[in-house]
Amino acid sequence: MTAPLKDLTPAERARSTSFYEASARTRLELLLDAGSFVEFIGPEQREVSPHLKIFDLPEQFDDGIVVGHGRLDGSPVFVAAQEGRFMGGAFGEVHGAKLTGLLRAARQIGSIPVLILFDTGGVRLQEANAGELAIAEIMRAVMEARSAGVKVIGLIGGRSGCYGGGGLIAGCCSALAVSEPGRIAVSGPEVIETNRGVEEFDSRDRALVWRTMGGKHRRLLGAADVFADDNVQDFRKAALELLGLVGPFGFDRLKAEQERLAGRLRSFGAYGDAVDIWRAEGIADAQAVPELPADEFIALANRIGRTSRDAR
Amino acid sequence: MEDLSFRHPVRARASGARRSAIVGVVASGNLEVLVERVLPDAECAIEIKTAAVGFGEVWSAVIGDFVERYSPGGLKFSINDGGARPDTVSLRLAQAVRLIAENGQ
Repeated sequence: MTAPLKDLTPAERARSTSFYEASARTRLELLLDAGSFVEFIGPEQREVSPHLKIFDLPEQFDDGIVVGHGRLDGSPVFVAAQEGRFMGGAFGEVHGAKLTGLLRAARQIGSIPVLILFDTGGVRLQEANAGELAIAEIMRAVMEARSAGVKVIGLIGGRSGCYGGGGLIAGCCSALAVSEPGRIAVSGPEVIETNRGVEEFDSRDRALVWRTMGGKHRRLLGAADVFADDNVQDFRKAALELLGLVGPFGFDRLKAEQERLAGRLRSFGAYGDAVDIWRAEGIADAQAVPELPADEFIALANRIGRTSRDAR
Repeated sequence: MEDLSFRHPVRARASGARRSAIVGVVASGNLEVLVERVLPDAECAIEIKTAAVGFGEVWSAVIGDFVERYSPGGLKFSINDGGARPDTVSLRLAQAVRLIAENGQ
C-alpha cells in the first residue's frame, strides 16, 4: 500500500509473499501474470451458500472459492483458489459447483490446463449431503477433463492443508506441488484420534502430524511431484514445471498408477513411522529430514524421492 | 445474525474509476467488505450482516467516523462480519476505499 511496495516487481512481491499466509485472492494475483486474472461469478454476484443462514452463520460473497482464468508465462490457464480461513476452506454446495463448472468448461475447451489451489478441511458439515455430492461431482469432472486431454494441477500449501474430500480430489489430479506446511490426507489428525484412540495417532503431537501428512513426506513418497518453498513465486515455478512434465492420460496410465501404489504399500506398509520409511528409502540421516531447509530438501528429494509422473 | 443498514450524505465523490473491489475474509474476528460504485455522488450506503448481535451503536460510531474521514461518495459497502473489532472494521473500510480508487476494472 505504501511507496516502497510499489517499487517491487511482481516477481519480487511473489517471492516475498508466504503462500501459507496469503489470502486466496492474493495467491492468484501473484501466481498469475500481473493483471491477467479475470474472475467468474465474482463476489459482486453474491452467489452465497443457501444453507448457512439456516444455522445463523455468516456467509461470504464468493462462498470461499475464487474461480476464473488468467495467464501463466503468457499461456492461458483456468484457476480455482480456496480461501482456507472461511469455514476452513470447506466444500459447500455453491463452493463445489463453482469448481465443477470450471472443470467442465476446461473439458469442453480441451486445451487449457486447470490449476487448483487447495486449502480445505474437507466437506462443510452444515451442508452435509450437498457438500459430499459436490466432492463426487468434482472428482468426476477432474477425471473427465483429464480424459479430454486437460492437465489438472493441484497446488497445496495453505493453512487448512488438503483434507477430507479435498484429499480425494487431489488424488485425482494429474500432478501436485506441495510446500512443507501444506498437508495432504483424507482423515485429519483429530478425526483419526477420535475414532482410533490416542495410541493410534496423537493429534497434539505436531511433529508427528507434520512428518506423517506434511509436504516433505508426501514428496518423498511420490504423492506430490514437486516440493515448493513457502512463497508464491516458488509455487508459480512449480506449476510451470508440472505443466511441462504431465503426459497424456488414459486407461494404461491408471493401471500403472494402481501398480505404483500397490508397490508402495508392499514396500512400506509394515512401517509404523515416516522416519522408518525415509530410512528404508536410503536416507542415512532420516531424523534430520524435518529440519532440512527447502533447498537442501529439494536436492535430497530429487536424488531419492519417488515421483508419480510416469504413472499418473 | 443481525442485519444493519446505514445511509449517509457525503461531501465529495470517492476517487478512482474501478467499479467494485473486495477486501478481507469472513473468519472469527475478521470481515469482508465488498465496495461497489453504484450510488449518486453525494450518497453512501453501508449494509452489514454481522454474527455479533447487539453492537448497532458501535457500528454507527465506526461508520460515522469513516464517512467523515474518507468521504466515500457514490459507494455502496456490503459487509459480511465474523465478529471483528472496531479497529479491524475501520481498517477494512479504509482498504476498500483505497482499492476501488486504484486503476482497473
